[in-house]
This record gives sequence, structure tokens and C-alpha cells, in this order.
Amino acid sequence: MANNKSIKTVMDKDGIERCLTRIAYEILEKNKGMENLVLVGIRTGGVYLAERLQKKMSDIEHGKIPLGILDITLYRDDLSASNKKPRLGETKINFSLDNKVVILVDDVLFTGRTIRAAMDALIDFGRPRMIQLAVLIDRGHRELPIRADFVGKNLPSSLWEAVRVDLVEKNGVDEVVIEEGS
Amino acid sequence: MKFERKDILGIKDLSVDEINLILETAESFLEISTRKIKKVPTLRGKTVINLFYEASTRTRTSFEIAGKRLSADTINISSSTSSVIKGETLIDTARTLEAMNPDVIVIRHSAAGAPHLLASLVKQSIINAGDGAHEHPTQALLDMMTIKERKGKISGLKVAIIGDIEHSRVARSNIYGLSKMGAHVVVAGPATMMPRNIEQMGVKAFPRVEDAIAGADVVMMLRIQLERQKQNIFPSLREYSQHYCLNRNNIKLAKNDVMVMHPGPINRGVEISPDIADDPSVSVILDQVNKGVAVRMALLYLLTGGSE
Amino acid sequence: MRLLLTGARIIDPAQNIDSRMDIFLEDGKIAKIGENLSKATKSKDSEKITKIVDLTGMILVPGLIDMHTHLREPGFEYKETIASGAAAAAAGGFTSIACMPNTEPINDSRSITEFIRRKATETSLVNVYPIGAVSRNSAGSQLTEFWDLQEAGIVALSDDGKPVMNAALMRRAMEYAFSLQLPVISHCEDINLSANGSMNEGYYSTILGLNGIPGIAEEAMIARDILIAEFTGTSVHIAHVSTAGSVRLIRDAKKRGIKVTAETAPHYFTLTDEALQSYDTNLKVNPPLRSEQDVAAIKEGLADGTIDVIACDHAPHGRTDKEVEFEYAANGISGLETSLALSLNLINSKILTWPELIAKMSTNPARILHLPKGTLETGADADITVIDPLLKWTVDVQAFRSRGKNSPFNGRQIQGKAILTIVGGEIKYDGR
Ligand SMILES: [Zn+2]
Ligand SMILES: [Zn+2]
Repeated sequence: MANNKSIKTVMDKDGIERCLTRIAYEILEKNKGMENLVLVGIRTGGVYLAERLQKKMSDIEHGKIPLGILDITLYRDDLSASNKKPRLGETKINFSLDNKVVILVDDVLFTGRTIRAAMDALIDFGRPRMIQLAVLIDRGHRELPIRADFVGKNLPSSLWEAVRVDLVEKNGVDEVVIEEGS
Repeated sequence: MKFERKDILGIKDLSVDEINLILETAESFLEISTRKIKKVPTLRGKTVINLFYEASTRTRTSFEIAGKRLSADTINISSSTSSVIKGETLIDTARTLEAMNPDVIVIRHSAAGAPHLLASLVKQSIINAGDGAHEHPTQALLDMMTIKERKGKISGLKVAIIGDIEHSRVARSNIYGLSKMGAHVVVAGPATMMPRNIEQMGVKAFPRVEDAIAGADVVMMLRIQLERQKQNIFPSLREYSQHYCLNRNNIKLAKNDVMVMHPGPINRGVEISPDIADDPSVSVILDQVNKGVAVRMALLYLLTGGSE
Repeated sequence: MRLLLTGARIIDPAQNIDSRMDIFLEDGKIAKIGENLSKATKSKDSEKITKIVDLTGMILVPGLIDMHTHLREPGFEYKETIASGAAAAAAGGFTSIACMPNTEPINDSRSITEFIRRKATETSLVNVYPIGAVSRNSAGSQLTEFWDLQEAGIVALSDDGKPVMNAALMRRAMEYAFSLQLPVISHCEDINLSANGSMNEGYYSTILGLNGIPGIAEEAMIARDILIAEFTGTSVHIAHVSTAGSVRLIRDAKKRGIKVTAETAPHYFTLTDEALQSYDTNLKVNPPLRSEQDVAAIKEGLADGTIDVIACDHAPHGRTDKEVEFEYAANGISGLETSLALSLNLINSKILTWPELIAKMSTNPARILHLPKGTLETGADADITVIDPLLKWTVDVQAFRSRGKNSPFNGRQIQGKAILTIVGGEIKYDGR
């Protein structure tokens, strides 16, 4: 089959940086500082974004927010339906979540199922006082009653399109693209 | 890579890629055991049957914990309970179990090849938890995981396996696994414990323990089954332990940072002298238990992906 | 009944015949053998109708004899009956079979022997020759009444299924039997050496984790029996030879003039222990399938005459005997219906000539058992097997006449098949 997918760049490196800076300020503002805040990035894209947010927030205020990594594979609700066993990633949360405000970070918010799985997982780790959600892109099409507290960009998309967030840390380039059809 | 297997019957069948995938998956599962809530919902609604024709609290418990931490329903059927009816053949049992529609059947059996027979009869995934003197794949996987963690690699290591090789499924599975992963495996034991043509498996065999231990990175001591004395494969425990026990003297022949393993349970003073067995700087015996659960979780996870 | 068989290649090792001829059967006997018999037979007696069968392209041989079968009746009729075993024999091209005594009860008495013969007569398919037990209940301690058994109709003695472990008993058996011209067939296995084993001891038993049966378990007993035969001047027939060492021992003994004969079974020159990696219990036999070198030696032994006979050790079993864990499974292969085709392979692979093969499947077993069979001489019983050497077919155990569906050859494509089995001048199997 000929490769006739059309790819459209909707956000570049500067765009991503601006969004993250804004989100960092919004998080600090909403929570009135860094006290009791922890970041948890969802594998894999969310982890790099959480690391960048951690750095930006350290630059703004002094001190460093704890950062955890969450792999939600084991909490997915589509495991038995798929024949492919997703490769497991490591989960690393080396601090207590009890009474913390957890900022859950992911790259794209879509159906909401990933976030549902992530919240289930977080609750197995302890009892956070609050969970807030930060995403770079919200592309709509929710299947669960979930919304983000911090959004980089709302990107209305069709179900036949794929939204891909490339980050330097894994793809060598910072950009958000829409791929059409398959 | 994708994991496409229906069953885990032996290490012999597995490719290096598959072994790596299982080990990496198991490493991810290790973390769950450190959580406050040591349970994930992954296998909710799935059923794992532990069918044990041979008593083994350790392996059975390990599989049971693995299943439970993944939220599977685990059912234990063992020959000591009335569930495995005397005189009922494995085939009859298989048909009964199949009607219960489990997702995975874990089988431990004293007869080599019993898991293969079961796998040919039922559509469910079969995990071999040890069959006669044939294979014990989950033990070898956890051994490999332990070695990899301690030594950072398996490839290039010299591993000495000592004891009753002939009757050991642990030895066979480890010979396959470690050789595939690039280790140099040697075995030692009295000639009466050395199976015929063992060197065709790609290992070097020595009658004396010292020759095998020399320069070893890992020494794996096998359990001696006391009842074998009746078959005249060794004259007495006393004589065996004098010449084949790992002690402060012969361990000096190994590398300085040698690690000592044992599939357990140990006959202290027969296979390993107590001071070595209890020395955490060389002995990784307790460490192996945690890894056992992780490896078994990994296999349950990989085998229960879907039904297409 | 008059039968004229025309156009086949007739091979009779007993008379050194190998040529295209006709053969004429009358009143259960071979009446005439020669070229263009159709005229000669027509003029003879116009009242009797002669059935003429054109066998152009076929091979016609003296009726095949399998001197080592297990018919399971009395006692294990779910595995095989005398009737089902005889039907399997006929379909496999055998006109005569000898059956081992390890039934339940063991054939160690006149009454069991007579029972088997009566059943065989009722079945009226092939000749069934009972073999009597060497020791009472084959328990290995007391001789049976050889004389009485012989009068009842046994043609040989054996405790097959197990060995005669007691050397003194074996010596007495061979001496006593020799005076009666009764062959003693020895199942050679030192049970202390083979203890708990379920396959050949070697690389494959090592990797499969199954207890091995070493070749020496067989060879040590063969050596013992050869020594007894030499010392007492008697004879012995070695059943199911499976190892290179056994072939060597028998070859040397024959060279030294000791009266030893030997048989092997098709699986010992067709399969090796490598096949057991599937844990397929249909491959479980005793003696076990051996190594490649052993198979090569068996073929050599067949080629140079060390091994006199091919007998399939037909050992039918029920599903429950085989559908179990390998070490619990019963030993044996249901062999009568595949024996000929597997043996014909020896001709295709130039190990044996046609006359050599037919000698091992007819002439020699007749000679060893002292049966008036195994030849197409004028006046002999009209026992004849007609073989289509080119017919390709696929083994299907469900189509077996035998109740034993335990064949590792199921699904295998093989070539050559008996298409007519004639016993006493009557067609007992017609596979055309
Ligand atoms: Zn026998
Ligand atoms: Zn037999």
C-alpha cells in the first residue's frame, strides 16, 4: 500500500515549551506553591513532560517536586481483548502519596481510559488528598467523565486521525502532529 | 517482540528474545511486591488452576501469590487433597478442568512429559511447574533473573552446577537457559549422578567438584534426594558431603565475587555448609523467592493476553 | 476350490525361484507352478470351475509368517482378540502368526493352548500357532510341561513380555526344549539394568528426563543365552534385537557355529529414540527405540544374515493403556498391518533383495518354528501372499482391523501392500 498518509504539524518546539511554561505557572498558582505537590508522569510521553514541568517549577520556585513514573499497562481495561501483550514498563514511585496533591501528567487526553487506569493505580499506592490532571493536548472524544485541570492546547480532531506528540527525549524532535487515516 | 506461545513447557523451546522478554517483564513486576497494596487488577476475572501431583509448598505458593497479585482467581488442586481422585487419569482430570474453563493451568508432576500431554489435550495455556527430571522452566527463569541482577549480565559468566544432574529438572532447564544466554556452563557430580551424553547438551562435565568450581562466577548446588541412596547412586550421605559439599575451602577456587545458589530446600551441611548458605554476601538463596513470584507473574501476564 | 494365479513375479527363496510364472492351487495345496498354466488347467477337469486371477505387475510369495505377535486373548480382549488379531494379520499379508503366551491367564497349560487353537479355528482366517510359557505363570521359577504343551499344539516356548532372569532355569529350559525340537525364544532384558526405564538410555533420555534402558540390558542377556547354547549344545532364538552390540554378539556366535537365530521388528530399523521428543506414547516399546548407530547396525545385521527374521512384535493396546504419562504407558506397537510396507523399504533402500526379505518374513520363521510352511513347493499348503509393490497408501489406525490403534506410523505415507492373502487355497483378504 502506498504511503499516502497526510501529516500536519500543529505545534512546534516553541509551542510546546510555551504550553509547558504556562502549565507550570498554572499548577503553582492553583496550588499556591509547591508544598505537598508531587508529579507522576504516565509512561512514556507523560514522563518526559513531567520531568520538564519539574524543572520549570524548580526554576520558578525554589526546591524540587518529587517525580514518579507510572506504567498503567496492568490497569488497562482492554488487556484481554488484545492479543498483543504490551511490553511492561517500570513503575517507580519512591515516595508516599498519602495526603499529597498528585499532578498526573500525560501527553494526550483522548478517551479518558488511560487516566482512569492511572487513577486506579495511584490509589493502590496510597491515599492522595487530591489528583489533578495536566496534559499537553486534549483532543476530545471522551468515553469517561474525565477532564483535565491543565491543558496545553485543545485540539479538536476526528476519530480517524491520530495525534502524535514527539519529544526530543524519545523521538529526537519536539512537535505535535496529526496523522490522517490509515 | 510479540509473545505468541500458548504454553511454557520448557526452556529448551524458548528463544533468547523470549527469555529476555520474560525476564524484563518479571523485572517490572518486582516493584509490585514492594507496594503497600501488592495487587494489580490485570487478570481480574481470569482463572488459574494450580494442578500439583507432587507436593511442593514453595512452588505452589509462589504461583498462587503470583496469580493473586494479578487479581486472578487461583484454585489449588493437589494430589494430597481429594480433588485429584486416586485412579483418575491425567486425561480425566484434564477434561474435568477444561469444563471449568480456566485460562491457565499450572502443572507439577513427577512424570516427565506430563505437561506436554496436558497441553495436547486442552486448549488452555499450560505452565510447567516441574515435570519429573525433565524441566523446571520457572525455576531456571528466576535463577537467570537473580544472576542477571547480581552480575549485571549472564553472557560470558562461568556457571557451575553441582550434584545429582541426572535427576534434576532444575539442572536441565538452567543448562538450556544459561547456555542460550551466553554463559559457560559446567557440571560436576559423581559419575552415577551424571546422565549419559550430558556433554552433548553443550556443557563440560567433571567428576570432581573442585574442577567445576575453579574460576566460577556462579555456583549452583542441587538438592540431594536422600531416597536416591537406595538406588546406589551414592554410598552414604557422609561420603557425599565430604566430597561434594560447598565449603569455605573449595569455594576459594571460585572467583572472589562468586554467588551461590540453591533451588531449595537445602540439606545444610550436605550440599552447602551452613556458614556459606547463611552468608548474604555470597548466598542469594532467599533473594530467589521474590524473583520467583515476579517470574511467575510475568508468565501469567504474557500467556493471558487474549483469545483471538 | 481351484485358483489359477497368473502373470505375477513369483519369488520363493526355498526353491530359489524368482521369475514370472503362473501358479495353480487345488484342494488347499499348491498343485502346479510354471509358465502358461491356463491351458494345462483347463483341460484337466471340466466339471470344476477354475477361478483365474490376473496378477500382472504383482509379486507373489509364500505366505508371510509373523513369529512374534501378542493376541491378548484370553484376558485382555479390549486390546485384541484372536479374531481381530487374525484379521489384522490377513490384512497385513500374513498367512501364519505365532502368538506369545503373556495373556491372562498365561498360556502355560494345555487348556489355554487348546482354547487359543479352537478360537483360531473358529475364526478361520490365518494359521495361529500358540507359543507356550517357559515357566509356570511366566514367574521364572518352575518349568512348564513342555511335552504336554507340544502335544497340545505349541510351536515354541517363551516368557516374552519379560525375560527368564534365572540363568539356571534358562539352561534347563533350553536343554529340555532342544530334546523336543521346540525352539526357545528369549526376550533378552536384564531387569536390574533396565529397571524403571522407559526409553533408550542416551542423549535423548538425558534431555527428556526419562529413565533410560541401556543397550547392555539387552546385550548382557543375549551374551548369557549364547553362552548357555554353546555350553549345552542347544539352540536359542533371540527376540526383537535392537542394538548394535546385540547384532555383534549374534554375528560372532553364528561365526563360531553356535545355534542362535534372531529376529528384529520393523520399528527397530525405521525409528530412532530421537522421535520420542514428542513424548508420543505410541513410540514406547520394549526394547526401546534406539540410536541412529543402532538402527544402522540392525540394517547391517539384516543384510549379512545375522538377523534371520523380521517379526513385528505386534503389541496392541487400548487407549487407556497409551493415553497416559509416558512412563506409565504400556509398551508396544500394533504392527501387523504396517510390518510389510515398512520392511519393503529395505528393498527400496537396497539393504535386502526381494528373495532375502521374503526369506526373513516366511521361509526362515517357518524353518525356525519347524512349520511345514514358507515354500511354494508342489504339494505344500496353498498359503500365498500377493504384494503390490508400488501401491502408495497412508496409514490410518482407524482403518486397522486390529483393535490396537497404537501405531506411531499413523498418518505416514508408505509404499507396498498385500493385496491378496490366501490361506489353504482360500482368499482370506482381498485388498484389490
Ligand atoms: Zn519381548
Ligand atoms: Zn513380544
